[in-house]
Amino acid sequence: MSLSDMSSEMSLGDLRADFPVFADGDPERPLAYLDSAASSQMPRQVIEAMVNFQSHSYANIHRGLYRLSGASTAAYDSARQTVASFIGASDRNEVIFTSGATASLNFLAYSWGEKNIQAGDEIALPLSEHHANLVPWQQLALRKGAKLRWIELTPEGTIDWASLQEALSHRPKLLTFAWVSNVFGTVHPVAKIAKLAHEAGATVVLDGSQGVPHLECDVQRLGVDFLAFSGHKMLGPTGIGVLWGRMSCLEELPPFLYGGDMISIVKRERSSWAEIPNRFEAGTPNITGAVGLSAACAYLSRIGFADIRSHDLMLMEYAIRRLEEAGATVLGPKDLQQRSGVLSFRYKKLHPHDIATILGRDEVCVRAGHHCCQPLMREIGMTGTTRASFYVYNTRADIDRLAESLAKVGDIFHIAPCPCTKIGHKPAPLASDAAPCTQEESCGECSCKLLNQSH
Amino acid sequence: MDDTNIFDDDLYRQIIIDHYQNPHHQGALECPTHHLEGFNASCGDSLELDLKIEDGKVTAVGFEGSGCAISMTSTSMLTDLILGKSVEEAKRITKAFKARLLGKDEDGCEDVDIGELEALDGVKAYPVRIKCALLSWNTLSEGLEHPEGLIMQ
Repeated sequence: MSLSDMSSEMSLGDLRADFPVFADGDPERPLAYLDSAASSQMPRQVIEAMVNFQSHSYANIHRGLYRLSGASTAAYDSARQTVASFIGASDRNEVIFTSGATASLNFLAYSWGEKNIQAGDEIALPLSEHHANLVPWQQLALRKGAKLRWIELTPEGTIDWASLQEALSHRPKLLTFAWVSNVFGTVHPVAKIAKLAHEAGATVVLDGSQGVPHLECDVQRLGVDFLAFSGHKMLGPTGIGVLWGRMSCLEELPPFLYGGDMISIVKRERSSWAEIPNRFEAGTPNITGAVGLSAACAYLSRIGFADIRSHDLMLMEYAIRRLEEAGATVLGPKDLQQRSGVLSFRYKKLHPHDIATILGRDEVCVRAGHHCCQPLMREIGMTGTTRASFYVYNTRADIDRLAESLAKVGDIFHIAPCPCTKIGHKPAPLASDAAPCTQEESCGECSCKLLNQSH
Repeated sequence: MDDTNIFDDDLYRQIIIDHYQNPHHQGALECPTHHLEGFNASCGDSLELDLKIEDGKVTAVGFEGSGCAISMTSTSMLTDLILGKSVEEAKRITKAFKARLLGKDEDGCEDVDIGELEALDGVKAYPVRIKCALLSWNTLSEGLEHPEGLIMQ
């Protein structure tokens, strides 16, 4: 795959051939993999990079006084450089390899949090945060007697601006939030939020788990202080992720994990620390994982984020249309530009696990449940949603499979098409401004609660 | 798309859809001797099960809650099966059904009539859904261990 084989009309789905998983199974019923927000599939370029490295260049890094260790150290350092360039970091030493976004955020909650948070301090975060960017801060607050300040969301899943400003007026020490919501797919305006937060004196942490795989990342433009993300949601392997920090911020941080590789001098009573980033990478790191992540960055860079973005939006627009035609209710922003590759929906009043089980039998892979966002689900009064998420290898055919399989769910549960949709009424459960339905019966899912009795 | 299994689905059999859409004994009891709560964290399914046990016999049962078709159907069938049964019989049904779903041999369960619960056999092929079918039964078990009464608020 190179830029030259991709004309503007060509769907990114054509690079499916790079992904061995799609060659498996029944050609009559190919895999419709719509769960990349949980974990993406890996192209052979990434698999081969790891196999080659592990086969021919692997040894422990640093201090090995032989050729292989030198090769391994060079590959690890080069991976750090590739990742740094990929996210627009000015210094490769600002990239700390972790086991994933969860480890990156926990690192911050311990290292930054233990140093900077005192009793009575506030930590501000939206209610829609993934448990990985919520529980570490909640537990820090409990340890310190600090307070979590929740930022509310609009019914569409965007950040409630008044609530954000109210939270910042309390001058929190930290604002932490996801670039892209893993439930609504909302793309939050990071630079704008970071600027306001800095003016209020807060340190800004960004959970880039859903953002970095889909949107061009330039940490200078984003304007945050720390960024966490995972390799396995961006075509890389599991067990590798990144914590990026502005060097001036990293220099203030105490180490969190202690051990080999992170020290300078160890005496009986005390030790001094290695330079950044080694200071924050105790023990033997996931060297092969870093090589895989680097290959994934290179693969994504070759496609280019302009094409990745337009492919996402093309799939999103098509999926919203097909799902609404099938009688599903789509959550999240109506404005396509405010969405990334995550699409949560409800189908009639059925439980997401019943839906996902039936779709799964058709090799349509979606995720169902609370998506590690229990406080959000409680707030919007749902036990969960069904979530389809897209990536570079998905095609409209995958969406067709989703819609067809969803119709089968309707058949199994004897759900007749809603009269609302027959008269062209778009179900809109979270918005109160939709025109009321005048039919005697409605699906019970749309906002026309006036005559609302489910069939 | 293959439509042949729609009317004879291996998991979502018609009887399951019927119970799901019209659950039996739905609603809290006025004066229960037992008020039990069950919760499946991974699915968000929740259940409140009320029992009235008098002289060692289940004389009334009711439930409130929300969940998937499997958990709601299993609960609805539970209420049908244990109503009018002795605590000992309810325990034996619980044991027999759990053993059946988990694929275990359980002594003394061979002759237990589990009635419509047989329709939930399809769940065995979906290991992550077994906990849905067992939510109400695990909740019931706790109550049956305290036949004298148990109000958990």
